[in-house]
Formats: sequence, C-alpha cells, structure tokens
Amino acid sequence: MSVTVTSKNARTDAQPPRLLGNISSWLALGIGLLAVIIFFTFASEDWFTIVNFTLIAAIATLALNVLSGYTGQISLGISFFMAIGAYTSALLGGTPPTSPLEPQGLGLSFLIWIPAAGIVAALVGALIGPTALRLKGFYLGIVTLALVFIGQYLFVNIPGITGGPQGRTFPVPAFGDFPFNQQNQLLGVAFTPGQQYFLLFGAILLIAALFVGNVMRSRAGRAFRAVRDHEVGAAVMGVNLFEAKMGAFILSSFLAGIAGALFASYISYVTPNYWDLTLAIQFVAAIIVGGTASVWGSILGAAFVFGLPQVIDYFSLLPTGTAGSLTSGNLNALIYGLLIIVFLLFEPGGVMGLVQRFQKLIRKFSHHDERKGGEPAEIIDLSPEPGYLDQP
Amino acid sequence: MAYFIQLAFAGIAQGCIYALIGLGFSIIFKASEVINFAQGELLLVGAYIVSSAVFEWHLPFLPALLLGLVATVIIGLLFERLVLRRMIGRPVFSILMITIGLDIVLRTAVIMIWGSNPVPAASPFSITSGFTTGGVHLGANDLWTIAITAALCAALFYFFRYTKYGLAMRATALDQEAALAVGIDIRTIYALAWGISAAIATIGGVFLAIDSFAIDPTFGSTALIAFPAIILGGIDSVSGAVVGGIVIGVIQVLTAGYESKVANILGAGIHEITPYLIMILVLLIRPYGLFGTRKAERI
Repeated sequence: MSVTVTSKNARTDAQPPRLLGNISSWLALGIGLLAVIIFFTFASEDWFTIVNFTLIAAIATLALNVLSGYTGQISLGISFFMAIGAYTSALLGGTPPTSPLEPQGLGLSFLIWIPAAGIVAALVGALIGPTALRLKGFYLGIVTLALVFIGQYLFVNIPGITGGPQGRTFPVPAFGDFPFNQQNQLLGVAFTPGQQYFLLFGAILLIAALFVGNVMRSRAGRAFRAVRDHEVGAAVMGVNLFEAKMGAFILSSFLAGIAGALFASYISYVTPNYWDLTLAIQFVAAIIVGGTASVWGSILGAAFVFGLPQVIDYFSLLPTGTAGSLTSGNLNALIYGLLIIVFLLFEPGGVMGLVQRFQKLIRKFSHHDERKGGEPAEIIDLSPEPGYLDQP
Repeated sequence: MAYFIQLAFAGIAQGCIYALIGLGFSIIFKASEVINFAQGELLLVGAYIVSSAVFEWHLPFLPALLLGLVATVIIGLLFERLVLRRMIGRPVFSILMITIGLDIVLRTAVIMIWGSNPVPAASPFSITSGFTTGGVHLGANDLWTIAITAALCAALFYFFRYTKYGLAMRATALDQEAALAVGIDIRTIYALAWGISAAIATIGGVFLAIDSFAIDPTFGSTALIAFPAIILGGIDSVSGAVVGGIVIGVIQVLTAGYESKVANILGAGIHEITPYLIMILVLLIRPYGLFGTRKAERI
C-alpha cells in the first residue's frame, strides 16, 4: 500500500493476522516444539522414515494447494512437475557415469541441485503456463492430466537422464563431507540418517510453509483468491488474471520440483512410471482432506494420505492377506476416496474447516458477552492494511 | 495396403469403444454440466460383474450382461441422487473432485473384491473367431463392437429425437430454467442421464475387455483416452463423441502400427500419447471441438 499511516491508532481488529500475535499462539508453538524435540530424541528410524516421507509430501501438497486451493486452477499434473525437479536433481547431482550406458550425472553439490530442481520445474511451468492457463475448469484438469502421460512417455525415452524404463539412482543430499544417509558426528553428538533427513526436510517445509503463508497474506495472495472466487470480479477490481494465474502456476511448479527432487533422493531409486496419475491424484486427495487454501491443511492432508498408510503398515494393523484382500494401500485409498466425497459434501474446508468450526465454537462460548447483536459477517482474511481506517 | 486397411479397421473398432465411453461422458455433461471422472471405473465395475457372472456363477451371457447393467445403473443413480444433487451450484473444481473420489472408491473396491490380476473377458461369441478377406482379418470382436456401437448410436439418436424424455433432456441441456418453466422435472432428467451413461459404460467395458481378451483394474484409466475423444468431438455433442472416438481410435492404432518404423526418432510408445497431443492441439485451436457449441461468456 502506498499510503503509510502510523498503525498505532488502528483498531486491533484491523491488524493483519500475525504469525505469533498472542499468548495462545506462543503456547501452541511451545507445545509443538516440545513434541518435535521429544519425537526427535526418542523416535526409531522406522518412525523417521514415515514422518520424513510425510514432510516431503507436505511440500508437494502445499505446491498443489497454491495452484488449486488458493487460485482455484484444477491440476491433475503435479507429478509431472515433481518429475522435472527430480530429474534435474539427478542430472546435476548424480554421480558421473562410469560407462556410456549409465544415465548422466554431473556430481554437483546439494546446494546447487536442490534450488535448481525448483527453478527448472518453475521454468517448465512458465513455458507451459501460457498455453494451459488459457483453459478453465475441467479443461485445465484434462490438459494437466495429459501432461502426466506425455511426461511418462518422455521420461521413458530419454534414458540419458532418466535411466529409461529401468529407472536410475538419485543423489544423496550432503553438506561437504557429511552425506545425509550416514551417521554423522556434529559437535560431539551423533545424528542418525533419519534425524538428519528430518531436520533437512523439516527446515525446507518450514521455509516453504512460511513463504506460502506470507505470500497468501500479501497483495498477490489476495489476487489469487479473487481469481479463484470470481474471475470476472477479480479482473474488474484490477487483478491481472494472467499474471495472477502464472504467478500461482510458477510458484506451485517450483515447490513441486523441490518436493520431487527430495522424494526421488529419499527413495534413492525411481523408475519413470513412479510419476503417474495416481500420485497426482493422491495430492489432490490430500488438499481436499486436509483443507484447501490452507498451509496447515496441506500438512494435515499429507499426513493423512501419505503418512497414515505407512503407520497402519508399521503396526501391521491389517492381516497380511492373499491377493485381492485388504492391504493398507487399498484400505487407505478407500478411506481417502470416501473422505473426498464426505468432506466435499459436508465440510469443503477439510480437516482445517473442522478445526476452524471448533475454534469458532470455543470463541463463541468464551466471548459470548463481549459481542452483542447478530453473528459477525464471516471475513475470510480480507483485513485491510494497518492504518487503513485512519486515513482522512 | 492390406496392412493399412487392417490397422484402420482395428482403429475403427478401438474408436467405437472410445466412442461408447465418450458417449457416457457427454450425455452426463450435456444434462448437468458435470464431467464424470468415474466413468472409467463404472466401466470397470460393469465388465468385472459380467465376467464374474459368466465364469464364476455360470450364467449365460445375456443375463450376466443384464446384471452388470443393473449394478452400474444403480451405482450411477445412487451417486447422482445422494452426492451430486447436493453439489448443485458448487464450483467446477469441487464437482470434478467428488467424481474423482467416486473413481478412487470404485477402483479400490474392484481391487479389493477381484484382486489386481486380470480376469477373462465374458463374450457371447468366440473371441478369436472371424474371417479373412483380401488379406485383411476381420475379427468377430471388432465386427461386434462396430455393430453394437452403431446400433446404440441409432437407438440414442431415436431416443433424443423422437421420445418425450429425449426431448426433455435436450430442452434441459439447452436451458435449464426454461425447461423447468415448461414443467420438465430436472431431477428425472439428471437421473436418466446418469442411468443411460452407466449402462453405456458397462457395454463399453464388456467390449473393452473382449478387445484384449481380459480385463484388469488398469483398464479404468484406459478410459481416460475418451477425454481426447470428447474434446475433439465437442464435449456437449453426442454425435461429436462418436466421431471423436473413432478418429482418435484410428489415429492411435495407425500410430501404433507404424511407429516401429520411426522408432529411432520417436522412441517407444508414442501411440499412448498421440490422443493427448491431438487433444492439446484441438484445445488450442478450437476449444469447443468439432461439433460442440461455441460458448459466449456473459457478464
């Protein structure tokens, strides 16, 4: 906003939502940190594997949420952008081939291939965007779906980068002489691979979540949501539709690329058919179950769709059955399929919608004497900039 | 030349299957502006039930087919009645996603009940029979597919053109409010659209299974190739779905037949993506398809 007025006199209601504005959010942060520390100290490597996968999945879910949840552009093609990121990382960070049959690798540092994975995916997004974003609604959905199939064809046919149908290995993140897949000593403390990956993925997710959260509270983020809610209305208000959609598409592709690189690196060996439609649809399920247009929703959704089946497997809650019986993957697919339907019918906000309803209920009981009159109109994060009300 | 004719013939048969699947999409879309992503899985359910009825419960083919039809029609009607009717007026995104939800549920149910291994295709005739003329083998499966598709199209044409309900469906597609005003019960129309689509899905599924002698759960996503078909034909056009399906089928089979000759340039498997490449081209040049209605947006 160009007019800067001191915000001291502004009504507290008009403050932009802060990350850590009051005691309860500090408290929540404290409890969260404590839980993370306890987990970090005591969890077994199996648990780290489950949680680490969920953390990467959360980054990709966040990526899809930027495009579909916040901006309302249907995408069934996130696995394509993840693959672009993954193969960029493999090309830049992979070990140089010892025979001409092996896929290429330049052996560059982790600090190069991770950002490069995001940037190349974003560039591909920027190339495809102008074409794809001319389309709306399910047309865009079908084109992004076509992208997944075209991608799989390409990946199978460029064995120099992807290893062809047999797949290839992906680089391990390493800082100097400290590869993440081995136990390392740091300041006299030994860290297991699980712990190191946890810190790495956690840090990247944290940065991504803070970034997305902040973008969505900015002018650009409001433009994204305006585009989602009413394109014509947004255009009339002065939102450049093309810029807003492209912005969301590129940011989404960037995050998806990074998530793809991390996924491939953590699995360490991936064939081209890993990046298929099922993977893309799992992320769609994650944003709907967790909550569209919500950072926390992305994380919860990823935990539900990607973490839960592994937890069920870990405890072997299901009988190890014969072919065609109930496996954890099947059970989970059935559950999230049903949950997509149930949530869209009854709570389009996903788990986050439920949480917000619950919070509203609590607020109603604790502040029932302060607010007289009818229910306040629901304001969805449209609070004006500080000082807005004080303008003469 | 015989090779070309052979491929073209196989392509037409393949295209008829896409046309049957595409018909299911466009009938629902025409009536209710919903893209039913679960069409492929309805097809899967239908084909599996028919196969089970024939090979496990030892029913003759026609009662088995009837059983498959009834089952998918019930699923379609229940989904429309219990789920989609509550979604009227919600964003396209939500409606598309909810049909994806149904898609996931149905596919998982199929895997849980029948497993992931292929089951044999049920067929009223010997699948491998057929005759050869002028160096071209005309398989019974392909001939039947083409004949049944033609018969179904004729029946649908008659239905839309000359029956009371067909007229009501066309009126609803044209203008929902006006249709309501002249006393058409939109709910019946929606139910009818879903019922017809689900029935066509089963028939398409049976032929898809016959075409490859067996069916497994991945066939549900094979049905996605019907998307390029309906986009090419025009998504709200029933005849467009048929033409689009056949064109896509012929092109795909021809590519598959000739791609080995240019394999060093194109690599393997280009025929799997030619339908999508055509679709993207169509969307760029003529987004409403060959026979679709050009949409003007009013503010």
